Amino acid sequence: MKTWLSQHRYTVAEALAKLAGARAASLLNVAVIGIALSLPLGLYVAIVNVQDFSGRLNSGPQLSVFLARDAGKEDIARIENHLRQHAAVRKFTFVARNEALRDLSASTGLADVVDSLAHNPLPDAFVIDATDGSPQTLEALRDELRRWPKIAHVQLDSDWARRLEAAIRLGKLAVLMLAALLSFALVAITFNTIRLQILTRREEIEVAKLIGATNPFIRRPFLYSGALQGLAGGGAAWVITAACVELFNRGLADLARLYAAEFHVRHLGLADSLSLLAFSALLGWLGAWLSVSRHLWQIDAR
Amino acid sequence: MISFSQVCKRYPGGGEALKNVTFAIEPGEMVFVTGHSGAGKSTVLKLMAGIEPPSSGSVIVNGQNVGALRPRAIPFLRRHFGLIFQDHKLLFDRTVSDNVMLPLAINGYERKEAARRVRAALDKVGLLGKERANPITLSGGEQQRLCIARAIVHRPAILLADEPTGNLDSAYAGDIGELFKSFNQVGVTVVIATHDESLAARLTPRTIALSHGELAA
Ligand SMILES: Nc1ncnc2c1ncn2[C@@H]1O[C@H](COP(=O)(O)OP(=O)(O)OP(=O)(O)O)[C@@H](O)[C@H]1O
Ligand SMILES: [Mg+2]
Repeated sequence: MKTWLSQHRYTVAEALAKLAGARAASLLNVAVIGIALSLPLGLYVAIVNVQDFSGRLNSGPQLSVFLARDAGKEDIARIENHLRQHAAVRKFTFVARNEALRDLSASTGLADVVDSLAHNPLPDAFVIDATDGSPQTLEALRDELRRWPKIAHVQLDSDWARRLEAAIRLGKLAVLMLAALLSFALVAITFNTIRLQILTRREEIEVAKLIGATNPFIRRPFLYSGALQGLAGGGAAWVITAACVELFNRGLADLARLYAAEFHVRHLGLADSLSLLAFSALLGWLGAWLSVSRHLWQIDAR
Repeated sequence: MISFSQVCKRYPGGGEALKNVTFAIEPGEMVFVTGHSGAGKSTVLKLMAGIEPPSSGSVIVNGQNVGALRPRAIPFLRRHFGLIFQDHKLLFDRTVSDNVMLPLAINGYERKEAARRVRAALDKVGLLGKERANPITLSGGEQQRLCIARAIVHRPAILLADEPTGNLDSAYAGDIGELFKSFNQVGVTVVIATHDESLAARLTPRTIALSHGELAA
């Protein structure tokens, strides 16, 4: 166990030294991997932020409930009472028809038109916030309210929520597809790097085999080197994305000041960052493994 | 320790390199394999170390049938041997001491212990001052001795040397002969393939003489 450990430590040190030794070439590889990975990573960060942002907007989708013309004071009180007891309703406000007309004439500048009306065409209404903003809840609530007496019309403004959700789902799919494609690229790049390493170290491998090296012993430094390259590439992607987020936030700061609002794009959290690094190291290892399996047997010790 | 019985070896696309060869080497022996160029000396050593499989017959090393070993077992067989190759097989992109380190890394020695053994082996062959040098800067004789250091550093039970005095003058060859004698005296089985008559004359070992792939009486 102890010799096994020391052998591994030895190999890591050696792989690191090799990586540092072939500096220009490996730096280029790491940069290519970093840029490739930063594409899906950037998109992922964007999506996470959009999702976060839309979740923080409290003015989620609302239901507008318009009462029938002949609804009287008792009807309004009864509906109010039902709403107050309803589990899916978080809060609601009553908009009286006179009030609505006043708002309309004030906010739209249609005072002349409103004044010329013989009677108020607007119904009484409730505006309802649901306990959760998911389209399913809202639609169920809408369908239920429609069946209540003295309610003429229920309007659900959930289209934008649905669209946003669909867009996020599409975005996630795009991230997944990009990630899959570029993971393949990472594996391919590592495969090729390791192939070249094997070719340049052909003699060493031959001699090592002749004097009793097992295949795992020969494979090990290449696997480490592939994993390290993947890890460094993942790190580069992280740094690239962090730089983009930082730049974006600086631009955003001006905009946010204009709107007196707090916008802030956040970079990957710790867990996501660690998964990124682990994943890219794993892919590098995989590329190296494929390369070694493919090329090592061709070197036959004689 | 090593026995050949009715061993034949035919290389793909070549003639018969060995024909019906039978002999045995006891532990602690020093044996020379001699013969003209192309007689099959290197082939005998390669069969012992499992570098080539026999076409027929059996090669037994430490009770193991080398020709029948699984590929995964071959590396462990080879660790019994110290190998000195006819074409040296030194690594010219590594220092002298890293070349000698290789067998220890393969055998999983701990670093400090490995470094100590490397120095001991280099001291034994008189290359202690050249640890940091590149093997390419060494003379022919020094390279030969580096090969010996690499072969003995993990203290193998059997030393197989293919033309260890290849193109050295006889004084130098004598030194190297003494070196092998000293290994043999501490119990290492030594098998040397050579056509160097003077070396044989000096060490007076048992000789397995080959001629055109057959044992010469
Ligand atoms: N890999 C090979 N493929 C085909 N033929 C080979 C191979 N290796 C050796 N031979 C042939 O086998 C025969 C014995 O070769 P071997 O290398 O054992 O001779 P040797 O006694 O070591 O000669 P030398 O003194 O020149 O080293 C030769 O005829 C050689 O051509
Ligand atoms: Mg030979």
